[in-house]
Amino acid sequence: MKRLLDIALPVLVAALVISAWQWSTTHWQVPTYVLPAPSAIVTAFLNNFASLTAALTATFLITIAGFLGAVAAALALAVLFSQSRLIERSLYPYAVILQVTPVVAIAPLILIWIGFEHITLALALLAGLIAFFPVLTSTMLGLKSVDSNLMDLARLYGASRWQTLRNVQMPSALPYLLSGMKTGGVIALIGEVTAEFAAGSGTATGLAWRITESSNRLEIATTFAALALLAVLGVAIFAVLSLLEWWLLRRWHESAIGA
Amino acid sequence: MIELNAVAKRFPNGVVALRELSFTVAQKEFVSLLGPSGCGKSTALRLAAGLLTPDAGRIDYPGGKPEIGFVFQEPTLMPWADALANVRLPLDLKHVPRSEAEVRAADTLARVGLKGFERAFPRELSGGMKMRVSIARALAARPQLLLLDEPFAALDEITRNALGDDLLRLWREDGLTVLFVTHSVSESSYLSQRVLVMTPRPGHIAADIALPPGRDGRLAPATIEAQRKISDALNMAGSVGVEGSASVPASDQKRSSA
Repeated sequence: MKRLLDIALPVLVAALVISAWQWSTTHWQVPTYVLPAPSAIVTAFLNNFASLTAALTATFLITIAGFLGAVAAALALAVLFSQSRLIERSLYPYAVILQVTPVVAIAPLILIWIGFEHITLALALLAGLIAFFPVLTSTMLGLKSVDSNLMDLARLYGASRWQTLRNVQMPSALPYLLSGMKTGGVIALIGEVTAEFAAGSGTATGLAWRITESSNRLEIATTFAALALLAVLGVAIFAVLSLLEWWLLRRWHESAIGA
Repeated sequence: MIELNAVAKRFPNGVVALRELSFTVAQKEFVSLLGPSGCGKSTALRLAAGLLTPDAGRIDYPGGKPEIGFVFQEPTLMPWADALANVRLPLDLKHVPRSEAEVRAADTLARVGLKGFERAFPRELSGGMKMRVSIARALAARPQLLLLDEPFAALDEITRNALGDDLLRLWREDGLTVLFVTHSVSESSYLSQRVLVMTPRPGHIAADIALPPGRDGRLAPATIEAQRKISDALNMAGSVGVEGSASVPASDQKRSSA
């Protein structure tokens, strides 16, 4: 019953809002370039189906590529930091600087360096740059939060660094890594969209470009359709990562038990 | 099996935890290290395990460094691994082939009374069962020397007594040497052959009491007599009343850390 309400109530809210939206735009004859009716957005989506889904696919693939690269790099760096306090102290400030500099500000440089002929690579790199930091910090925290008695046990049995990492530290850090990935996955999409905007309209690629193009032409219904697809993509990324988290932790971690 | 000779240990904050600490534990002996909370007995145990190095003095293993099993006050299990994988950890770290390690871990679990719980995760086990897994893990690598740091302090009295009896059985069956840190007079009087009474600030051995045989029950006259001897030694050492825990029956005590 509770589960049913969890689904039924938001759906009901959506139905009410969309109905009111549809009714008011028709009733007051709101121009479509200000606020298109939901029916107009659906029509625009169907009319531009091919180009919108192609843009969705591009945005999705670039985001995922950047995100996975960021996870791999962040994990490697977190492990490196856990092995050497010296390396951590030398490099960590630069990871922070990289993060606090807004990605929009770095975008033009990256785009010029990598070049518009490799636009997807540049966009993936920018998406990855922004996703990198939350994964790094949460994994670092995880690797430091290991039960010190377990570390003693590893020492007692003469475990090598690699064995300690594999048998004790990495499993301990897994919930932290997954939590960082959830944050990183969602903001990778933000980074990708920002980068697309920065790249401008000279390079037709993903959904952000479709938004720029359609709004320039005052095809606001198409803009809304692209926006809706972006929202769906963001939710999907978050849902998949949440599911992955639940699946990996379901047997042992408090956060996943009973969820 | 192990000899501590005038060992001193100072913590990074400057507190002197141990000074002139000397004692020996002979092969196949069951020795309790008894004292109030904060007297440095856990530190002494970590030194014996080689997890800490002394600032002064020597720690020797006359027969060569033995294989050591260590049981913490908390079960300290890996929450992501089932009971079998937890017990297997020392074997995995020692590169014992997986199939052999599985068999040995399962056998050890059975010996602590947990046959059938191989696939249970720590969160599915009671406090007593978790401690049994922890003891099984310490025994999995077939240690000669078993070090225990107040392993039953967090358990209820019924569970504690059952685990104490199991520990005695395992000690006899395996010919283990046991060094058992506790703050319970009754526990040490029943379990051990010899009790080292420690006093705090800085920690050192105030009395070394050999207990007579014939303590075949917790309420046997010989056990009660042993308790009297240990309590007298604690009174002599002046530690009763300082920490307020040394003479209180174990059953009345709440958890405390050493």
